[in-house]
Amino acid sequence: MTIWLNEDSRIIVQGITGSEGTKHTRLMAAAGSPVLGGVTPGKGGHRLPVPGRELPVFDTVREAVEAVGANTSVVFVPPARTYQAVMEAVGAGIGLVVCVTEGVPVQDSSRFVEAALDAGTRLIGPNCPGIISPSVANAGIIPANIIGPGRIGLVSKSGTLTYQLMKELSDLGMSTAVGIGGDPVVGTTHIEALAAFEADPQTEAIVLIGEIGGDAEERAAAFIADHVSKPVVGYVAGFTAPEGRTMGHAGAIVSGSSGTARAKKAALEAAGVRVGRTPSETARLMREVVQSLPEQVS
Amino acid sequence: MDLYEYQAQELFSAHHIAVPRGILARTPAQARQAAVSLGSPVVVVKAQVKAGGRGKAGGIAVCHSAQECEAAAERILTMTIKGHVVRAVLVVEGIDIAAEYYFSLLVDRAERRWLALCSAEGGVDIETLARERSEALARVPVSPRSGLDAKTAARLVRQAGFADELREELVATLVKLGEVFVAEDALLVEVNPLVLTRSGQILAADAKVSLDDNALFRHRSNTVHRDDTGVHELELRAAQRGLNYVRLGGEVGIIGNGAGLVMSTLDVVARAGEDLPGSPRPANFLDIGGGASAQVMADALDIVLSDPQVCSVFVNIFGGITACDEVAHGIVRAVELVGKLPVPVVVRLDGNNVEQGREILREAADPAITLVETMDDAARRAAELAVHEPDTGWSPDAPAGASQSPDAPAGASQSQDAPAGARER
Repeated sequence: MTIWLNEDSRIIVQGITGSEGTKHTRLMAAAGSPVLGGVTPGKGGHRLPVPGRELPVFDTVREAVEAVGANTSVVFVPPARTYQAVMEAVGAGIGLVVCVTEGVPVQDSSRFVEAALDAGTRLIGPNCPGIISPSVANAGIIPANIIGPGRIGLVSKSGTLTYQLMKELSDLGMSTAVGIGGDPVVGTTHIEALAAFEADPQTEAIVLIGEIGGDAEERAAAFIADHVSKPVVGYVAGFTAPEGRTMGHAGAIVSGSSGTARAKKAALEAAGVRVGRTPSETARLMREVVQSLPEQVS
Repeated sequence: MDLYEYQAQELFSAHHIAVPRGILARTPAQARQAAVSLGSPVVVVKAQVKAGGRGKAGGIAVCHSAQECEAAAERILTMTIKGHVVRAVLVVEGIDIAAEYYFSLLVDRAERRWLALCSAEGGVDIETLARERSEALARVPVSPRSGLDAKTAARLVRQAGFADELREELVATLVKLGEVFVAEDALLVEVNPLVLTRSGQILAADAKVSLDDNALFRHRSNTVHRDDTGVHELELRAAQRGLNYVRLGGEVGIIGNGAGLVMSTLDVVARAGEDLPGSPRPANFLDIGGGASAQVMADALDIVLSDPQVCSVFVNIFGGITACDEVAHGIVRAVELVGKLPVPVVVRLDGNNVEQGREILREAADPAITLVETMDDAARRAAELAVHEPDTGWSPDAPAGASQSPDAPAGASQSQDAPAGARER
């Protein structure tokens, strides 16, 4: 088993005819991910060639749901139209929406996050690299060739740090890696990913990557203390970040004494999480954890 | 983007929220003239800075004459409050205060909705109030889809314990503030104090508004609020080229892809520098994003090398979708565009097509470029290269590699293939 993205996932891409949408649709398809089509309003009836086949383009998400049984959508539309796109996917009953778009107005995302929560839609992002269950499915822009399937779950705000850890743990494999995104308001939190990994029988250990800003990591630490029995290894980026400056991600900002990397690391450690000082050390800690796990029954 | 008080009050006025009459002054003479124009027996001179605690710092003065106002402005206009230089003061009419309240509406990151706060005890430090007398601060969650409607505002006012006769007018004001929040794509609207005058009027006597940079595309007029004073020249240049650059003032220039990886790179470099003479620190944050073209890499190198404090540069790339050979070509072409590298550059490539990428850099054989395999080793190398003897210190005219520390281990210019983490302490 994996979390959220599995053998039954049927993926469409919203904004499939845009340059990023097309590029990543092809990458997902080439990696064997079950991408079945896409949506661009006004381009219904077109077909997009991908390695080995052609994908249908629909005018609406609802048409895509009816025609190809889509239950997962990856959103690549520009920020000004992201609100409409996500709301359309939620309204069409899509179960998993991955919003890759960066630069979405925060009020828009807070509205569509609320709508997704009300509808019971699992929304990941915005401003996220997506989710991958290696060798099963890939929804977003996470490279599929770094790591194979395994028993480690990973949740991170950052894309490149996710890739870095996937690379360092490539011999061990992962169940699912989720990039929840670096915006102030996101559809999926560290806590929701932790809860899903805790419930997933394939996942036996969890990597949690955080960064400055907000208090999501502190909340995750409290959740781990009370609800997570599987070993968790953590990493927090941004110790060097000055107060009041946004470090790339819209949500990565230290305000006063809150949101600092130091506080997050301390909270995680107090919850029994081993926290690496660098990505490499984090990978080494995870290696130690995996070695101490009981042998896999296969 | 935070607004100055006077800008926030302009937004409030545009949305028919009452604010004290005020005039912006950039010189003591203008402040004097402002006091005369206001014609009020009492005026208040308020430093315009994007930082809290102005009052405590002495940035607010109550004046009883135009001369006093001029003198106060003269003093305040030389102040620096929490690192912010005061470049203007707002001169406002004195108001006859009967009571001071607090109100704010903000995006609640943790709860993923909005939150409205209100207290009948305003004019105080709200964080202290929240900590010490949290029962005095009413908090009501606000649905992002419905906003602060009359019903929610009424709940907030009731919870804050306001007298019945005040409620109707307060609710009307709060709803209007909620409209400002939505209409302007704000992340925060805060009024402290919200004042009840002796004549029974409700006035926003102070205003703090933070707008969402992501939403500026639908608020073209708000770009006039963008304020470049005090922004470092290199940050302006980087922004013009679409680069995400924050100057930090250290010696090791940093270029990487992805915000998380770059933040992490700063940390690893800072840690490596702690044990070295002079403790070299990261000079900047610079995220070139995905799919770095040669031009983007050249722009990035140009910006980082323009910082006279930079003694070495660390380029840290993880090729996810981007292939490392493309990135390596980018670095080579960037060096051609920049010309001769004035300081040593340490490059760490990993991910997609990493071997091809490293081969391209080896073939280029630029003596100023050092290829190091792991992020931790590369960070240490870059920090070591930023250490220099005070007497023979690095200068822009020194030949490439001159900044190499005599303490650097022999043969360090091409790191051995140390396993990841092998040099961890």
